[in-house]
This record gives sequence, C-alpha cells and structure tokens, in this order.
Amino acid sequence: MSELATRATVTSASAKAPAKPVRWLRLAAWLALLALLLVLPLYLGAEWLKAGQWMMTGAVGSIGLTMLVGQAGQLSLAHAFFLLMGGTTYTVLASGTEDGRVIGFELNPLFSMVSAIVVTALLGLAFAPVSGRLRGIYLGVASLSLVFIGLYFGQSADRLTGGTSTGRTPAPFELFGITFDNSGGLVVLGVPFRQAEKMWYLYLALTVIAFVLARGAVNSRVGRSWRAVRDHEASAAAMGVSVARAKAGAFAVSSAYAGLAGVMTVLWFDILKPDENEFGTYGINVSIAYLAMVIIGGLGSIGGALVGALIVFGLPQVLSLYSTQLGIFTGSGEGAFTPILVSTFVYGAAIILVVLFEPGGLAAIGRRITGGLHRERKKEGTSR
Amino acid sequence: METFLQLVVNGLGKGAVYALLALGFVIIFKATEVINFAHGSLVLFGGYLVVVTRESLGWVGASLVGIAGAGLLAVVIERLLLSRSKLADPHSLALLTIGVDVIVVEELVRRLGVGIPFLGEAWDAKPIQVGGITLFRTHLVAMLVAAVLITAFYLAFKFSNWGVAMRAQAENREAAALMGIRSRGVTMTAWLVAGMLAGVAVLFLATQDFSGAGLSRGTHAIALAAFPAAILGGLDSTVGAVVGGLVVGLVEALSAQYISFDFSKSAVFLVMLLVLVIRPSGLFGTREITRV
Repeated sequence: MSELATRATVTSASAKAPAKPVRWLRLAAWLALLALLLVLPLYLGAEWLKAGQWMMTGAVGSIGLTMLVGQAGQLSLAHAFFLLMGGTTYTVLASGTEDGRVIGFELNPLFSMVSAIVVTALLGLAFAPVSGRLRGIYLGVASLSLVFIGLYFGQSADRLTGGTSTGRTPAPFELFGITFDNSGGLVVLGVPFRQAEKMWYLYLALTVIAFVLARGAVNSRVGRSWRAVRDHEASAAAMGVSVARAKAGAFAVSSAYAGLAGVMTVLWFDILKPDENEFGTYGINVSIAYLAMVIIGGLGSIGGALVGALIVFGLPQVLSLYSTQLGIFTGSGEGAFTPILVSTFVYGAAIILVVLFEPGGLAAIGRRITGGLHRERKKEGTSR
Repeated sequence: METFLQLVVNGLGKGAVYALLALGFVIIFKATEVINFAHGSLVLFGGYLVVVTRESLGWVGASLVGIAGAGLLAVVIERLLLSRSKLADPHSLALLTIGVDVIVVEELVRRLGVGIPFLGEAWDAKPIQVGGITLFRTHLVAMLVAAVLITAFYLAFKFSNWGVAMRAQAENREAAALMGIRSRGVTMTAWLVAGMLAGVAVLFLATQDFSGAGLSRGTHAIALAAFPAAILGGLDSTVGAVVGGLVVGLVEALSAQYISFDFSKSAVFLVMLLVLVIRPSGLFGTREITRV
C-alpha cells in the first residue's frame, strides 16, 4: 500500500508549490465549485438535496480516512465504529430522555457535535497501543475488531443507543437560533428556505471546514511527518519524527473526522439505530465502502476522496432517484438489481480497475488532465 | 464440568473449520504475501455451486463440484487479476481482493435470494450422545476431515517437490525464481488449494450444528472469523493457522456460554487484539525486522 500511496501523493510532496498561474487557476476552480454548490439548492428538488447531503457525509468521512490510509500509511477498517461512536455521543448529549427509556442530556447541539468529535478523537488515541505496534494488513484486520465491538456496544448499551429494534431520535441541529429540521420556514432575502436547503448549507459548511483543515494538515509539518513515517519508519525516527506520536495523531484525526461523519449520518437518517448484524449502517460493509472511496479517489488525495464519496455514496442515491423517474432498477424482492446492488458492483469494479491500471486513483487521472506541467515536475521529482 | 466439556468439544469442532479457512489465508500469504480478503466469497461460491447442482448430482457429486469450483474461482481471480498487475505491491493487491469480494458476494447473495439452504445433508443435525455430552456430527466430521486435510497438506509441504518449491518461494521469491522454480505454478496451486479448502469448509459452515443457519450472507460473515484465526496464529505459519482456528473456536464457544451470545463475536476479535499487542506478528509468525 505504501508504494501505491507514495505514487499517489508524489506530486503533493515533491511539487508542493506549482508555478503561480497553476495555483491561481486551481484556487479559482475550487471557488467556482463552491459557488456552484452554494446556488444549487435554489434549483434542485428536496430529494436531490438529500442525496447531496449524503454524499457530503461520505466526503467528510473519506477525507479523514484518506489522511490515515494514504498519508500516514495505516490501513484501517474501523471507520464504521467511529461513525457509530460519533453519532451516539451527539445523540446522547443533545437529545432528551424520552420517558426515561434512554439517557439524554438535552445540551446545546453545537456543543454536542464538538463533543462527539472530541470523544471519537480520544477513542482513536486510545487505539494507539494497537495502531502504533501493527503495520499494514495486520492493522487492517486488528481495526476490524472495533467494528465488532461497536456492534456489541450497539446491541447491549441500549440506554445510550436506543437498542437495535427501535433506535432513538437525535435532537435536530441548532445554530444561531436556526433549527435544521422541518419545523417552520426561514426567509432570507425573500427566498424561502425549507429543511433540505438548510441541511444542505449546514452539511456544505461542515464539508468545507473539514476539507480546508485537511488540506492544511497535509501541507504542513504534521502531514510531512505522516508521510515520512509512512515511507520509512526507521528513517523518519532518525530524522527526529516521533513515530508513535505521528501514528497516534493520524489515527485520532481520522477518527475525529469519522465522528463528525457519524453525527451527519444520524442527522441525515433522523434516527440513531445500531445494527442487528455486522452488515448495516455501521457495519463492515460501510467500513469497506469508505475504504473504497479512498482507493478510488487515489490514496492520500483529499480531492480524490471527495470524488470517491461522489461515486460510492452518490451513485446509489442518484440511481434510485433516476430509477423512479425512468423506471429502471425498480425491481424489488428476490433476484432484483437494486440501485444499491448496482452501485456496489460499480465500486467493486472501480477498486479492481484502480489497483490494476491507475494506482494513483482518480486523483492521478485528474492531475493528468489538468496539467502537463505537473507531469513534468513529477518526472523531475522521481528521477532525482 | 459437563457443560464445560461440552463447550470445549463444540469449540474444537468449530475450530477445525476455522482452521481450514485460516490455512487457506496462510497458504496464499506464504506463496504471494497477499492477504486474500476474497476468501469469504470463495466460501460462498463453493456453497452456491452445491445448492445449484445437488438436485441433479446428489449431495456427494454436488459437494465435489462445490469444492472444485471454489478452487477454480480462486485460480481465476489470481490468474485474471492479481497476476496481471506486476507493479502493484502485495498490500494494494489485498485491496484489490476487497473489490473482488464485494462483487462476488453481492451477486451470490442476490442469486440465493431469501432461501437459506442447509448444506451438510449427510450429517446435519443428527447428534450422538456419549455420556452426558452431545457430539454433533458436523463437528465430528469437520474435525476428522480437517485433521486429514491438514496432515496431508503438512506432509506435502514438508516432503513433496511442490512443498519445497513453495517454501523456497516463501523464503525469497527472486532467489527461488533464479533457482528455476516456476513461481507461476507455485502461486497458482497455492490459490487452488486455498480455494478448495474454502469449498470444504462451507460444507460445515452452512449447517444447523455449526451456525443454525443455512447458506446466506451470514455464512460470509462467519468466514470472517477465520481472519482473527489466521492473524493470531501468525500469517506465515501453518501450525499457527491450526492453533489460531482452534483458539477462535474455543473462545467463541466459551464466551457465548459464560458471557453472552452477542459478545462472542467481539470476544474472538478482542483475543486477537490482545495477542497482537503482545506479539505483533502473531503467536507463531515470523518477526519482521527493519534494517536501516
């Protein structure tokens, strides 16, 4: 994996400061994308906005995972566990007790969200004794155990999670007196905002913050230490990088991102419902789906993680929306090709194709399209 | 005491099946350094073939088809996909097998639909009473078959030409190739054997005695428990695979009884974590040494 990741991020490492015009062009492209995302709610229907929110949930989670897997070189299949922990922490802190069936504190939603991020980061740190000692596939399988622990937690701690049969409702997110749910309408500059629009902007804001912070981390001293540890632990240590700290830090950061994605997940479903078996909202399949986003996007590439989320989490949404319009994939029951099944095939195939033909993932393809300049620099970088 | 003995017997019976699966991981890892995340889909594929063909071929014929089919699928995956990407390192190939697994499992689950057929017709759910202990036939047959197969593999590994070639390749790929060992053939047979072991294992997995459930997505999930078995034994140790399998079987049986059934799945993984923290390369695995 390290080889794959090295190739994927060689540009960001060796050509950190591209020529000025390219940098401005790239910034302009990002700003244009942001502007597009800001005006989209005015044109899209609520169901499309809902689909978009789900993709943004995936984006936040996969940005976290790509830093861990691609930048720090630690394979993790534990993402689903941290999603569950983040979602549970938010729900327990922000929601009420519902007739004493569950524990709830009715605290400020923003505080609850931040707490969820802190709690998951700490849980990620608590895994350091394991993550620091293991490498590669051993770590991947070891982290899988967290998913099973999460499964047991969901089943047994029903005072916190609401239990596998009923689950519990998370309190809606509130900020500046605006409630992000169905109640009441908000009018800004004469444009009425419904629930889907508000949630869209909330999710967009969270995604942008997550994206910018991740870019900052990757381009800073922290990111360099992660890559150094990924490429060669012994030489990183020789150069004065604290290997244990870098590894634990990467795991904590990635878990914090997963925690936020977990909060977004429960808000999106409007229910926290732990899984009955290992295949569900917080199961192995979800861990694999997040890993798929990261691989398809190109290990270590933050932008690639966004595209990966678009494919892995977006495709089932878009397919099911189109299927009702066009009458495809509408079959249900035995032997039917459901949108989820079809998109699972697609991302499974995408993983295979990426590993076989383009280890840098979609990010590398994007780079090839956007700049011959980059490629020249990359060649320079590797021949040196 | 009787309960305890009963649990140990059950645990060892299940453990024998886990050992077969874990051995599959180990064989592939030794030959190619790839972790086969698609092992669960080989299990499911073997079982699916049994279900499809047993009407016309009978149970014995169908089982043979299932075992051969699982082995063949493993070879196809290796030849068609893994051998094509010469540049990719073992870790990325492991990720590739995740992609394969996702596709094969989803398609097989779609084909199986809602019916969850049981596979172990010849022995399923016919317990034998010995003293106060109930012996499940599935467990008995599994132990017997596992003992025979694992011994046969061990002997072949130690004494046959294939075993020598395999060990040479596990030791040093390039040097083995230079000595005239065909890495292609060794790799292919490793995948074939591992796949066939998965095909044998599924005959025990999808029975009433083992899981109480038939062939379904759940079978794939049970096969996942062989992961901790292979890892805690040490990925490159055949002895480790057997010990790991038995440990997983025992931990599962004992924790289901004395703690709770829900906890037994996590218990297996927790034991694996504990072993890994103490010995990062498993109980019998070779230690990785970093040279600077």
